[in-house]
This record gives sequence, structure tokens and C-alpha cells, in this order.
Amino acid sequence: MDSPGDKWVGQSLPRFEDAALLTGRGRYFDDCGTPPGTLHAAILRSPHGHARIESIETSAARALPGVAAILTGEDIRATTTSLVVGVKAPMECWPIAVERVRYVGEPVVVVVATDRYVAEDALDLIEVRYTPLPAVTDPVTALAPDAPVLHEGLGGNLASERRFRYGDPEAAFATAAHRIAIDVAYPRSACTPIECYGVLAEYDPGEDSYDVFANFQGPFSIHAVIARALRVPGNRLRLRTPPDSGGSFGVKQGVFPYIVLMAAAARACGRPVKWVEDRLEHLAASSVATNRVTRLEAAVTAEGLITALDWDQLEDCGAQLRAPEPATLYRMHGNMTGAYAIRNVAIRNRVVLTNKAPTGLNRGFGGPQVYFALERLVQRIAITLGLNPLDVIRRNLVPTSAMPYRTASGALLDSGDYATAMETALRDGNHAALLAKRDAARAEGRHYGIGYTAVVEPSVSNMGYITAVLTPAERKRAGPKNGAQATATIQCDAVGSVSVHVASVPQGQGHRTVLAQVVADELGLRPQDIRVVTEIDTAKDAWSIASGNYASRFAPAVAGVARIAAQQLRARLARLAAPLLNVPPEDVVLANGKLHAQGNADNALPFARVASSPHWAPGTLPPEDSAPLRETAWWTPPELTAPTEADEVNSSLCHGFIFDFCGVEVDRITGETRIDHYVTMHDCGTVLHPGMVAGQVTGGFAHALGAALYEAHSYAPDGSFETGTFADYLVPTSMEVPAPIILHHESPSPFTPLGAKGVGEGNCMSTPVCIANAVADALGLHDVTLPLLPATLAAHLHGAKPNAPAATPKGERLLRGEGQARVNAPREELWALLLDPDALMAIVPGAHGIQRTSPTDYTAEVTLGIGPVKGRYRVALALSNLDEPHALTLAGSAQGALGFGQGRGHVTLTEADGATIIAYRYEAAVGGKVASIAGRLLDGATRVVISQFFAALARQAAPQAPWWQRLLHRLGFGA
Amino acid sequence: MKPAKFDYVQAETLDEALATLRAEGEGARIIAGGQSLLPMLNMRLARPAVLVDIMRIATLAEATATNETLRIGAAVRQAALQARPNLHPLLAAALPWVGHAQTRSRGTLCGSVAHADPSAEIPLVLLALQGEILLRSARRTRRVAAAEFFTGMMQTARHEDEMIEAISIPQPRVGEGYAFREVGRRHGDFAIVACAAVAHAGGVRLAIGGVADHPAARDLPADSAHWPEALDAFAHALEARDDLHATATYRRQLVRKLGRQVMQEAAACRA
Amino acid sequence: MPRLSATQRHSIRFTLNGAPVQGEAEPRMLLSDFLRHVLGATGTHVGCEHGVCGACTVQIDVSPARACLTLAVQVQGCDIRTVEGLAPAPGRLSILQEAFRRHHALQCGFCTAGILMSLDAFLRAQPNADEAALRDLLSGHLCRCTGYTPIIAAALDAAVRLRDTAHA
Repeated sequence: MDSPGDKWVGQSLPRFEDAALLTGRGRYFDDCGTPPGTLHAAILRSPHGHARIESIETSAARALPGVAAILTGEDIRATTTSLVVGVKAPMECWPIAVERVRYVGEPVVVVVATDRYVAEDALDLIEVRYTPLPAVTDPVTALAPDAPVLHEGLGGNLASERRFRYGDPEAAFATAAHRIAIDVAYPRSACTPIECYGVLAEYDPGEDSYDVFANFQGPFSIHAVIARALRVPGNRLRLRTPPDSGGSFGVKQGVFPYIVLMAAAARACGRPVKWVEDRLEHLAASSVATNRVTRLEAAVTAEGLITALDWDQLEDCGAQLRAPEPATLYRMHGNMTGAYAIRNVAIRNRVVLTNKAPTGLNRGFGGPQVYFALERLVQRIAITLGLNPLDVIRRNLVPTSAMPYRTASGALLDSGDYATAMETALRDGNHAALLAKRDAARAEGRHYGIGYTAVVEPSVSNMGYITAVLTPAERKRAGPKNGAQATATIQCDAVGSVSVHVASVPQGQGHRTVLAQVVADELGLRPQDIRVVTEIDTAKDAWSIASGNYASRFAPAVAGVARIAAQQLRARLARLAAPLLNVPPEDVVLANGKLHAQGNADNALPFARVASSPHWAPGTLPPEDSAPLRETAWWTPPELTAPTEADEVNSSLCHGFIFDFCGVEVDRITGETRIDHYVTMHDCGTVLHPGMVAGQVTGGFAHALGAALYEAHSYAPDGSFETGTFADYLVPTSMEVPAPIILHHESPSPFTPLGAKGVGEGNCMSTPVCIANAVADALGLHDVTLPLLPATLAAHLHGAKPNAPAATPKGERLLRGEGQARVNAPREELWALLLDPDALMAIVPGAHGIQRTSPTDYTAEVTLGIGPVKGRYRVALALSNLDEPHALTLAGSAQGALGFGQGRGHVTLTEADGATIIAYRYEAAVGGKVASIAGRLLDGATRVVISQFFAALARQAAPQAPWWQRLLHRLGFGA
Repeated sequence: MKPAKFDYVQAETLDEALATLRAEGEGARIIAGGQSLLPMLNMRLARPAVLVDIMRIATLAEATATNETLRIGAAVRQAALQARPNLHPLLAAALPWVGHAQTRSRGTLCGSVAHADPSAEIPLVLLALQGEILLRSARRTRRVAAAEFFTGMMQTARHEDEMIEAISIPQPRVGEGYAFREVGRRHGDFAIVACAAVAHAGGVRLAIGGVADHPAARDLPADSAHWPEALDAFAHALEARDDLHATATYRRQLVRKLGRQVMQEAAACRA
Repeated sequence: MPRLSATQRHSIRFTLNGAPVQGEAEPRMLLSDFLRHVLGATGTHVGCEHGVCGACTVQIDVSPARACLTLAVQVQGCDIRTVEGLAPAPGRLSILQEAFRRHHALQCGFCTAGILMSLDAFLRAQPNADEAALRDLLSGHLCRCTGYTPIIAAALDAAVRLRDTAHA
């Protein structure tokens, strides 16, 4: 191990994590057991996108055996404080609805019971009365003066607006040969880890302290947010994480409002409370990426050189601004020019609130939104100017000679050779063959296209970048924020074995293996000799606000600081061994489990003996070296300074480079996009573990492919949530995700201890737009919206069909229908029936307890069902436009646990040969639980219920069917 | 996301199951493989008072073939039938599209028919092949043609006290050709459009799932010159709707274009 | 004809990884909850409870099946295998598990148990399965970490080694 080529770092070792995970012995949150007496929580959530809570009736639920506590927003507010909001704006942010609900899935009531099944039984018994309010789900609409306002204190829905100017964009645009612009709307998607959130909270009233165990991922700046919400100092909030986490991708940062909620519930119950989020809860209300509307304009020379960019970004953070939002909008602030050398930049950033789930960390965090606009624009520049898109990219790339390169908006691009990486990718990724393939396919009339992307992938966030949302004056008042503290602790125990602890909270990234490699290299040991602990206990461990696993900081920051800690330990070991080996400390070599003299491997001491000596014989050691070996290192890069007066922000420490290209084919009949060939070139600095880097790339690629083709976190204009299950929120499977070709070009970062940069998020930034560019190329599309729905692409391929029946106007959640029934009864009789409550009770399927509240208004309890799906509803019916005995209008609304709906039907009665034809036209809108989780079935189900009503009306009017029909019916022939 | 409470009856004979259905009325629900019912129980969309498990009734677990028909009992799992040699080619083509291997191992054919999801493949095949549903109650037995059975979104001609005892599918006939195609967002998803075609000397029968509230079939002439017009009429007659995953227009287009392909394929492989 | 009351717990017995087990549950308890919280076999994970993600896949009488779409009462007397039963001995891994480790076919490991149970059953029934068949089988599982590529590689590698072992 003396030669530099013998390092453990850089090898694809099998992971130490895997033996346990492969045999079912992982210890994820819900595998870890609970203290005796632990209670289980379930959460009643809003079925409305926007509504006022009129009343919450909980007595029946309280009476259910096994129920320990029921907590509403008022109860939570009594013991907690609103979560802090990251902008200076008069708005509150509670983890549970107070007075109003603002998105489907917002917590309304927490039930705590002996087990989860009972807690859910109790949810069924709670009756919440809502008055629905108009909802707004589109960010542009939300800014309109007449839009419904979510937080009245704001006076509107605009939560933040800032303008930035770097260089001289006005002059650049004034003198530009071309101004080329693009308008894009980037949709919402979510990374949906397969393990959902979990929280176990205890409260000790004697010490007024909370002990929380949760699969939180950091950043631990949120610890301060939680403690403040719980009204305790940080040292009275002990936050621990389990050893294993079932994926996060940023999302498990968003568990923190539930930590507050469950901690408050534990306090109210006086017992430990555990909550495991289920998938429906997760999809509706965990942490989703922002959707963003962007207009981006470029000033361009005739040769395709971009001289200025003008960004106008409208960020939609959903119903609340939850910490650290609006960070998604500012994470890329330093590198808004991507991989290009553009000196003049104007930016307008606006943050808007809508009736959708609050946003938070998701893999790529802000990158996908930025690069979708920027790289679509680069393609458009090429098309507009008749240039090869590769030439436009080449002409604008930051030159290698300029590294490290300070961007216009303040990022310091640490290293890279973008041009070489790109040309290598084109060569090794068989670009020439791909061009030939496209030509051949097109000659056969097939729709084949090629897309390109060049991006820089930021990693290791500057904890101060989010303060760019504040004005320089506001920042001055708040005090500077910057840096990215990382820490590692290494200790040697009484037999000299080595343990490492880091504050990194891995969710499958193999931290234990890589850290063992890093430390083994420094200490001359084998990785299997090193034990690494990665769970965090804020009461005992070294940690800081930047701790956690996000912003791709593991390889550059955490592994780096582990190396520094190992070097410190190594220096101490050398000092201990030097007198025994009779050499100066600098001549002590650590290798092969020994400490030996430089140049004389026989003059050696076993590592364990030296490493354990302070435990057993401190008196033999110099006082300054007599303490047991335990080194805690801290590292924060000096490059990560606070934003300047001029709003220059070095938002991230490292910037990897990615160049992607791909070939896709769009099926001429189905409009389905097939990825035929995908090449992704990465420069992530020094590669610490090639197998894991490949895993990060293939994994990020799959997330990105999902965002490009399948995944959309979707709302109807009325605020209904439409993707509440994994049958509607479409995560790609092994059938949809091909294997990308992965290439590397290594430019070590000069700013990180190991030369490594982040790598896990880049494809989420590069791949969606690369696929979009390829599909645009295949079909000659001007505008592309993700996800690329086959139906949308097929419409482009097939052209409009003029003779097709009109479909529902887009985005409208209204169901329309009509029908008629022939009734063997006089028209007047039928009319009388419609105005007779007793008769109506018989007609409304499953109705009971009908009451007439006015001559034309009725209320009833109704059980409605389609197949096995049955639910009880409160129904109100009103008759109007009475035109006796010809026509009337029947308006109704229904509310129940499964959903709510309202509709109106126009009914006409016409005489025909002694019988009456009852004809109806209706429109209905339905929402709530069923709309979220079974939207596909909703319209058909509504149709069934309405037709049941009119069939019953006909039966009621003419109960006397012919005798033979009754007989056949009794015998079971026909209905 | 846990089911509400229900009693559970492990029926050992058909009579026991039928007696429970009769006694409990609409509060009872048959559980066979449970692959459609369990998600609805977990989401509390369905709340039966009692579940009647029929999977231990030995007589229901048989699939028996005669020269004319294949009779598939209510407890025959999809995977078991899929593994059967000489399976009807249309059924063999459609079964791999039913959910995933991990649900076909438990799910039954009759359960899928009883559930009557408008996108489901097995009801579609049953309709295309003009199969029958054998319904049984404590009082009587009746056979319903597939064309009469599926009446709406998860609506069938089954009465509350009845259960499906078996389905019956005609065996392949000499001179017939079969084809099946399906388009969904992802593999294993609910069909946006599923097409099953049966070609014979006199024409082609085309059945479409995923578009209207229940599967629908039409007999089209043998002469393919008439197909575009006939397919256009069929496509418009289906009450297609927009949803999250596809538009009504798209569904109709697929009926026209995929339908044509499937009919050609069926005609080409007439034995 | 046994009728199990909704409000009581009933004794449920089956074979878990070759050993008889017994526990009490209401009729509504899901097999996934019964395995994890009654029997303490937490290797089977819960990811969606509506049958799509496949994390809870176990083998019921040799066939892979969703534990979240199965009631504990339904498996009375059955033969259940879970991820805890795959390794030939403590401290050793099966050929399939080894292949997963070698190919980095897992990251967070949460979906892995279900995938292993599907593949274990499938490769025994179809030892010559090709990539297309494996992709089709694995489409019944969602993995958010790996992008599936290393899982396919591990499965193909394991198939080869299992065939070699069978021939040896």
C-alpha cells in the first residue's frame, strides 16, 4: 500500500451495507421498535383545495375504544409556534390547517390511538364541515387581481419578487443581432422514495424536552426551525435518525412539519406517539418539486454567440412557503448561465402561492426548471439561425483556460474541460452513427430525433445562497449567512479498532463503504477494519446546520472532511509511534496494519498497539498526546462567502459538467416516445467509487426519464388533486427505463479535499430537456411540455379531426351527460312525484332521513355505491325553474368521506302516447378522496349514480310493470 | 391506509358461500384472489360487512375443457391458467397484460370479470369471444352472455345474492384468427385502449376496452375496404372521455388505427 | 364453516421460511402488517399498500405475491417465504443475493426484498429467462434508486450462475 496506485479510494468495493439489506436485516424507521406504551397516529386530511373549516365534530371518534387523543389545528396552535417562513412576508405556516384548508391533503385532525387500524377507524367518525372557497392552481392565474387569495396578510398571492442585474444586459440586447426567446412551463414532479415518512416523538414534561426519532435527512438547519416551533431551545429537542433510510432524494427533508405535529401530539397524550406516512398521504402532501413558468430571452450574434440572458421566473411553491423555500428558485442563482460564458444577465424572480401541496427538496432542486428553459432556448437559437445545435453549444461553453471561472451572477466554476468532455462524448458515444440512424429512419417516414444538452451540476450548497431572496439591506439586518460546515469524528477504542462517525444521514448512497475506503487509505488499514456509523443523534454527535444528505455534498464535503479527520488521527499516531520506532514523526509510515519507519518495514509496530496505547498506558505518553485517539474535524470551504452587496452569489462550491445526447423515436400511431440511444458524459471530479457513481447516474437518469415522459403531480383547476396513487402518479419501471451509456472525464475539484464533486443530481437537470429536445427534433415541434404525453404527441402526428365530437374543455373537471326514460304514467303524476319528499326519498338511491327544508329544498343522508365502492353522503337537493308540468331544474350537492360533488340537471317531461318521456341533461363536478385516488373511474361512476336516480324515478312513477315482466324479474331474468 | 372491520367467512362449499350471500345481502362481498378488492379495502373505498373467501372450495378451482368450451371456475388464478398448455390464443395473448406477474399469481379470472373494470383485459376477451358468465345464487343458476353482463363502470348484471361460479369461453375454431393489442402509459397499467379481434370467414369481431364505461364489441365486414368507415363509426359510438392519461380524441384515434392493425393481424392468422 | 368476527383476534398459523409460526390478528389485518408487527419479520417492507410498488412481495406457496394485497387470514396453513429465508446460512448470501451485491443492484435497499422474492421464484421456474422476460417480471416493482440497469445485470448474472450450479 505504499505506492499511490494502491489506494482503496477509486475501487468499486462491494458495499458493507449490502449484507444486512439483502437479508432483511436493514433497520429502517419502522423496523426499529417503539417504547412500551407507544400510541399510533393517523391524520384526517382536507379533501378540498381551498375551503373554510366551519366545524369539526369529534365526539363519536373520541368515544371509540382505543382512541387516546384527537387534535385539531386549534389544539396544535396552543402548544406550538408557526414554522418560520424564509421571506419577509406577513404569513403563517402551520403544520396543520388552522381555520382554513389550502390544499388537498392538508392535515386537519390528528387522531392518536392504540394502533393504526383503530386510529383510521376514528378518522371515519370525524365530521368536518367545510365551506368550499374558489381555488387557484395556476401560478399565472394566481397573480391576477381577482384571484382567490390564500394568505390574506399578503394581500395577494405574490410572496416575493426580486430583480437582479449583472454586467450590462440592456446594452447587450440593444446591440444584439438577434433576440430569441422561449416560454416554458415546467411541471411538478416528486421523487417518491419507496419508504415514506416516519416519526416517533416523546415529550418529557419534567424537563420540557422532546425526543424525536425520524427518517429526516437534513439539512439540520431545520432542527432550529423545529425547536422554535415547539418553543424549546435546541438542547431540548433531541433528534435522532435510524441507521437505514429507504430513499429520500431530498424528499425526507419535508418530514419536519410532521415532527412538530407528532411532538405536539406526544405532549398532549403524555405518551410516545408514532406515525408512519402511507403512500396516499405521501403523494398528496409530502414534498414535491416546484412548478415554474419561465420566459427566457437571449441576445445572440449572427454566429450564435449568446451575449446576454434575460430571465423571468415565476416559481409556484404551493400553499405555504415551507423552509427552506423559496430555495428551489435560488439554488442555481450563481450558475444561471449554465455551462456558458455569458457576462450580461438580467433576472426577475417571483414566488407565488397556489392551492397545491407545499414544495420542498427534490433531486435536482431547481436545476431541471432552469435547464429546461436554457437548453430548449439553445436548440431554438440553432433552429432560428440555421446552425448546428452542437456549434451553438461549442461557441458558448466556458473555455478551459478560464477555470476557475467566476460567472456573471457570482458562482466560481471550480474546474473542468467542457470542450474536451463534449468532443469525447460525441466520439465515444457514437454520435456519427446516430446521425446516420436518424437519416435512415426519416427516409422510412419514421419520427426520429436527436437532442443535446450541456449543463453544469452544482453541489455543496452555500448555506447563504437562500438569503439572496432578501435585499442587501435586509441581509445586512439579518446578519451574514454562508459556508457549508461538514464534520467527521474518528476514534480508536481500547483494542485499537477504528470507528468513524459522520453527520451525513445516507439514504442508500453507500456512505459507510466510501468512508471506510477513505479512512483506510490514510491509516494504512483495510476498509473492512473500519466501522462507520452514519445515524445522527443531535444530543451527542458533532453536527452543524449544514449536516445531512442533500445538495450532493457527500463525496466533496463529507468524504473530504473524513479524510481530514483521518489525517489528524494519522499525525497523532505518528507522534505516538515515533519515539518507539526511533524516527521523527514525519518518517512514520502507516501501511498494512502497521506503523513503520520510512524505508525500513521491519522497524514496525502493530497499528492496534499504538492506537490503543492512550487507553492502557497514558502515563507513558507525553501529556499532550495522552488522551485516547478521537479526532473531530470540521471543514467549510472558504470559497463559499456570503452574497455580496451586488447580489453576486457563489451558490455552490463545486460544479460538475454534463454533456448528454440522445436519439428517440416517436411511434407514428401511439405517440409513445422510445429512448433509442442515450449518452451521458460526466465530469464529477475525482471518482471515489465507480460502481456507486454509475448507480447515481442510472438512478438520476430514471428519475429524469420519469419527469420527461410519465410523472406529473397534477391538479384540476378546482384544486382537486389527481395523482393520489401509484396508478396515476406514474413512476417508470424496468420496462420503461433503458440503460444509458455513461462516460467520464475527470477534472478534480481544487476546492475539495478529495477532488470529488457531486454527481447524483445532474441527470435530473440534463435529461428531461435532452429528451424534450430530441422529441422536438423528431416531430418539428416548437413548444414542448413535460411530461411528453403520447396523447399530445399523437395529436400533433394525426392532426385535428374536424368531425370528432367535442371533448370536455381542457382542464375542466365537469362531467356532462344526458339520458331519458319512458314512464308509463301521466305527466302530472310524475310532476307530483318530483315535488313529494317521500317519493324523492324512494328515488334517490340509498336515501334515508329525507327532510324538506322549504317547498323546493330537501336534505337527506344517502348511501351511494358503484360496485364495491360504497359511501355515505349528506345530500341537498333544490328544485328551481319550475315550469309545471313541463320542466324543472334539479340542483344537488353531496358531501361524504369519499368525496363531494355538485351538479344540476334540467329535466323535461313530454307526453307520448299516454306515457311520459322524462329527459334529462346534467352537468356535475366531483372532487375529494375518490377524485384523488380513482379519478379514472370517477366519471363513469358519476354517470352510473345519475342514471340510477332517473331509473328509480321511472320505477317509482310506474311501479306497475306488466305481470309477466314482474314474474320474469322475480325469476331472475333481466333486471 | 388500513381496511375497515369486516367479518371473514372461509367457505368450504359453494352452498356455504351462497348461503352467506343470501343472508347478508349487499353487505357481503366475495373475495377470491383479492387483487382488485384489497386496494379498495385498504383505501376504505369498499367496506363490506363480511368477506366470503371462496378459494378453498375445491370445485371452483378447476378449469375444464370440452371440445366446445373452456369452463374456468371462480377460484382459478390467472397465473395458473396462463401456465396451462394449449390455452385459447386470444386469452394467451391477453393474460400477460393483466396486472403483473405478482398479482396474476393471486388474482382470478372470474374476480376480474366480477369487478368489471372498463379497462380490464379478461372481460374484453370474454366479450370478444362471446363467452358466458355462470351466475349462481342459493335459489338458482343462470348463464349470462358477456354482451349482456357488463353494463357500466364496475356494473354488471349480477344480483346481490349471486356469485360468479365460472366463466365459459368457446374453444378456438378452425377458420378463426385472433389478435390482441393494448396501449397503456406504462407496462401493466390500466389500458388506455385495448383491442381484441376475432376474424372468421364472415367478418371480424372487434372488442374495445378502456374507452367506454364497459368493454364493447362490434362485428365488422370481412372486406377491409369498409373498415375505415366502420371503425370511425365504432370509435364515435364509444363514449370516450378525457382523463389524466389520455384524451377522448386520442382514444378514438387508437380505436381506428390500432383497431385496424389488430383486425389485419387477426385476419392474417386465421387457421 | 368458520366465521371470524371482525372485532376479535383469531389465531393464524402458517409456515414462514420453513418454520411454523403463529400469531393473532383481526380478519382485516394485512399480511404485510402481520409479518412485520405481529411476527417481527421486518425484512418485508411496505411501500404503497395498493399493490403497485412491489416492496412487500413475498412468496405464497412458491409464487410471488403482494403481502399488502393479502389478508393474514387468507394464508392460514400456507407456505410463506420472505427475504429472511433466502440466505443459505447466517453470514452467507445466496447466489442471487451475491449477484445483487456484486452489481450494486441496490442502494437504499428498501425495495430490494420484494425484488429478490420475485426473482428467486422466477429464476427457479424459468432458469433460462432472458433480459426481456426479466424486465417484464421486474415491471411489477418500483425502484427509485438504481434506474433498474444494475438490477437487470445482477439478475442475468445470477441466472447464469444458477444454471451452472444446477449443472455442476
